[in-house]
Amino acid sequence: MDINSIIFWSLSTIAFICAIYTVIAKNPIFSAISLLVCFACIAGHYLLLNAQFLFIVHIIVYAGAIMVLFLTTLMLMNLNEESEKNKPAIAQIAALVVAVGLGLVLTLMVRKANLIVTLGPIPAGVGSIESLGKVLLDEYFYPFEFISVLLLSAMVGVVLLIKKDKPAELK
Amino acid sequence: MDSSFLIEKGVIILVVFSITMLIALYSTFAERVLAGYFQDRLGPNRAGPGGFLQPLADGVKMFTKEDFIPDTPNKWLFIIGPGLAMTTALMTSAVIPWGRQLTIGGYTATLQAADINIAMLYVFGVISIGVYGIMIGGWASNNKFSLLGAVRASSQMISYEVAMGLSIIAILMVSGSLSIHTIAEKQHGFIDWDWKGHFVWPSWYVFKQPLAFLIFLICAFAETNRTPFDLPECESELVGGYHTEYSSMKLGFFLFAEYVNMFISSAIISIVFFGGYNYPGMDWVTQHVGPNVATILGTVVLFAKVFFFIFFYMWVRWTVPRFRYDQLMNLGWKILMPLAILNIVITGIVLILTGP
Repeated sequence: MDINSIIFWSLSTIAFICAIYTVIAKNPIFSAISLLVCFACIAGHYLLLNAQFLFIVHIIVYAGAIMVLFLTTLMLMNLNEESEKNKPAIAQIAALVVAVGLGLVLTLMVRKANLIVTLGPIPAGVGSIESLGKVLLDEYFYPFEFISVLLLSAMVGVVLLIKKDKPAELK
Repeated sequence: MDSSFLIEKGVIILVVFSITMLIALYSTFAERVLAGYFQDRLGPNRAGPGGFLQPLADGVKMFTKEDFIPDTPNKWLFIIGPGLAMTTALMTSAVIPWGRQLTIGGYTATLQAADINIAMLYVFGVISIGVYGIMIGGWASNNKFSLLGAVRASSQMISYEVAMGLSIIAILMVSGSLSIHTIAEKQHGFIDWDWKGHFVWPSWYVFKQPLAFLIFLICAFAETNRTPFDLPECESELVGGYHTEYSSMKLGFFLFAEYVNMFISSAIISIVFFGGYNYPGMDWVTQHVGPNVATILGTVVLFAKVFFFIFFYMWVRWTVPRFRYDQLMNLGWKILMPLAILNIVITGIVLILTGP
């Protein structure tokens, strides 16, 4: 086993364990922290694939911004094991159906996919910020712009939702 | 990957680590002496000549104090918190260029641990995960004041990261690279000459992007939790903020991480905006005295700039009073962020008008 496979398998194992613990942890804070470790492992996978930009953006966006917001919210709500009550039966059944359905779809997709892919040596510059920028703004210019408009409209929508309650509160 | 490469990088990492620790250690002393000066009193002057051994005395005190862990259900998180704060504070120095090439006996060494082409983003990544130490430590303390400090720290850091990132984009547009090494090399010397030898403009980015510098500086104060943005540990409201329950070396790690952060952010400000290891007349020194002397002089100049900014942090601490929380949020979201976006637009227009 070369060093890359050792890193790959240890990262995968940690990511897998943390993903399972995210679901089964009783304390939501532990759940969030193990999700954070899982994100870090996936970022490590990006680095193994020579995708430096994706690696660092994954860290900044998921670990640095989204999970900080999650943790802040969890801390403010002060959720802990005592406040974690059993969910009603209907919610449990719904969660089971959704999880099984999603698992089925993923399994079918993975079975159809060509799993064993032998990659040649990665050419220099693949995954670097220069090649990524060129691909995004030359080949995929319109999808890229559409996604940014979509995100902008979502942001405007959120601001509108927050503003809606203000006048009623002031009265 | 040959062994000389590993040895070179290992030596650089070790030297940078020791220098960071030493500077952080003596920053605590400098801060107390300067505080004494600004408040017209003597400051620490008992331990050693002129109080010079005071940091060592502080260190011994920190190590030998009782290591108290409060009655909390999350002892592990309580211990991980300060370690995480210290680790993330030290990680950033990996991508900082401390100088140009140094040739020793035919072997050329670059005074930088890792020159990666996403260095600027790496710095932001490390800053963005830097808040976890404070958050986890503050939450695990099982104390309302600590929790409030942790929540303040996280919301403050997220808010100011936005303006900080936007202010850096203008620099990236001018330099055309995310590598801090390239950014430093683009500010070569002190003055840009055109091909005829006429004066164009000073080459340091503070003269090309003054607004970005101002925004970055303010955000750096907020990201390092220094006054006037030290709301996470605001002692007049929150006892000690996020480190209320900490004692002994765990408290020492939190306090020390702040000084390490201060040193690293001063280094980044000096390199990105004040030319780093570039100084007026460096070409003359390279030609007439030798490249090695020029490199060492450059590193000395870089550290002089860094020391100035560390002094600036302390100067501001004893000059500007603390912000109120709503003022802090208003400044970050309603003033700095629009200004940074305006700066990007202006930079884009100027680049199109003057570009090739």
